[in-house]
Amino acid sequence: MTQPIRAEGRLERVLRSGRFAVTAELNAPDSADPADVYKNALVLAEVCDAINATDGSGANCHMSSIGCCALLTRAGYETVLQVSCRDRNRIAIQGDLLGSAAMGVRNILCLTGDDVSVGDQPQAKRVFDLDSIQLLRTARMMRDRGVFLSGRRLTTPPRFFLGAAANPFVPPFEWRPQRLAKKVEAGADFIQTQFCFDVACLSQYMERVRDLGLHERVFTLVGVGPLRSQKAAEYIRTHVPGVWIPDLVVKRLAKTPKAQQREEGICICVEIIQQVREIEGVHGVHVMAYRQEEAVAEIIHRAGLLPRRPQRHLPRRASSEIVLPDGPEFI
Amino acid sequence: MRAPQWAPGSEWLKNHPTLLEAAYRFSGHVIARAYPLLKKISPGWTERAMMWSEHLLKGWVFNCQMCGQCILHSTGMTCPMVCPKYLRNGPCGGVRADGHCEVIPDMPCVWVQAWERSQCMKVYADNLRVLQPPLNYALQSTSAWINVMERSDLQAPPGWATPAQDGRAEAAPSES
Repeated sequence: MTQPIRAEGRLERVLRSGRFAVTAELNAPDSADPADVYKNALVLAEVCDAINATDGSGANCHMSSIGCCALLTRAGYETVLQVSCRDRNRIAIQGDLLGSAAMGVRNILCLTGDDVSVGDQPQAKRVFDLDSIQLLRTARMMRDRGVFLSGRRLTTPPRFFLGAAANPFVPPFEWRPQRLAKKVEAGADFIQTQFCFDVACLSQYMERVRDLGLHERVFTLVGVGPLRSQKAAEYIRTHVPGVWIPDLVVKRLAKTPKAQQREEGICICVEIIQQVREIEGVHGVHVMAYRQEEAVAEIIHRAGLLPRRPQRHLPRRASSEIVLPDGPEFI
Repeated sequence: MRAPQWAPGSEWLKNHPTLLEAAYRFSGHVIARAYPLLKKISPGWTERAMMWSEHLLKGWVFNCQMCGQCILHSTGMTCPMVCPKYLRNGPCGGVRADGHCEVIPDMPCVWVQAWERSQCMKVYADNLRVLQPPLNYALQSTSAWINVMERSDLQAPPGWATPAQDGRAEAAPSES
């Protein structure tokens, strides 16, 4: 990679050093207690390089990604702030970007976002003032040029390692690699893909990505995750937009006795990690285990991705006792 | 959300993007020549007439939403504003396996159609690669034809900078 250092975060350093990176998704709690965030983060932090804080994933209301990142960054965790265009307009988003940078967030994942109709409040107004590519470029202009979209100057520009999403598993297949090129042009430094259950499809995609020379311009982290059961797999493939699960995977789960399906789901996930690791241009994995945080450590361990240097974090305390640590990074 | 009701004949027209492309180029020449003359006669009347003819013509064929910043020729002569997420730069990750929209299951994804149609186009096939700037909502319900000729400075926010001006902006980021 020939790009200059962007933010000197842990994720960026791991990727640039050529090590295989692991990021994991934090399930934002439906709670106002910070201990719930720390509880979920603790099991992830030992085994991954950065924690993704989701922004209303699946258009369901949870604690905001800004809120989660505020708690996690002050405890010393490396976070990826997910920003979706569904709920906020360009004024709110740019303000949040500055705020998150000030809190110590180094990584941003720019997303379009699931539509409100799939979430728990389909009556809500959809915003989509920017799309993911416009958001990427806006964040990049703030970082590289030190200006808002309006052209007004920032006193201190934010330093971000910019991420984008990619979904190689849905049509239009021929366009997907070119769309990635567009995202790279807009400013993507790394991408995290949608759940991968079809390694053959990913290989084809990566082949075209390599043809375009994009594997040298952007770091690719492949999204993986365990399926809890055959029922869960059936639900995800019909209800969660953009997730492609081949029949082969569902059949394999169906053949397994019910009590062992969770274990089989983890096995499938581990196998997929080992297979995608061999693909040229894949620089890491992004583990998404919805309500199965405890499975993440096991998956990463069994995929042979340990030991990793645990993230620096403070001992957990009650919300009232949390104090900002001293140190040059926090000034 | 419900799928838009397409006007009779409009689907057939859109499935012949080369025809529309030729019509687009021809009408572009005509409007660019006629507009300065018409403006001299009555600017207010010309703007209204343009708006109405756009509303009728593009409304019939493309289900035009009058965003005022038409990029039809860059999107395979398929209007991106029909997309429930108003995406201007390509499909989201929620497209169904059958190529239909995540939000409206019985509507084909406009971007899948845009891709297929743009592949048939002769002049503008490559325009899908262009980074489209955020929409200027102040131009909603105005004439896109006039906006192209008169208000090109309003098409992108000042901080957006076109890729050409950009020069990859790869200079070392300032130290914080």
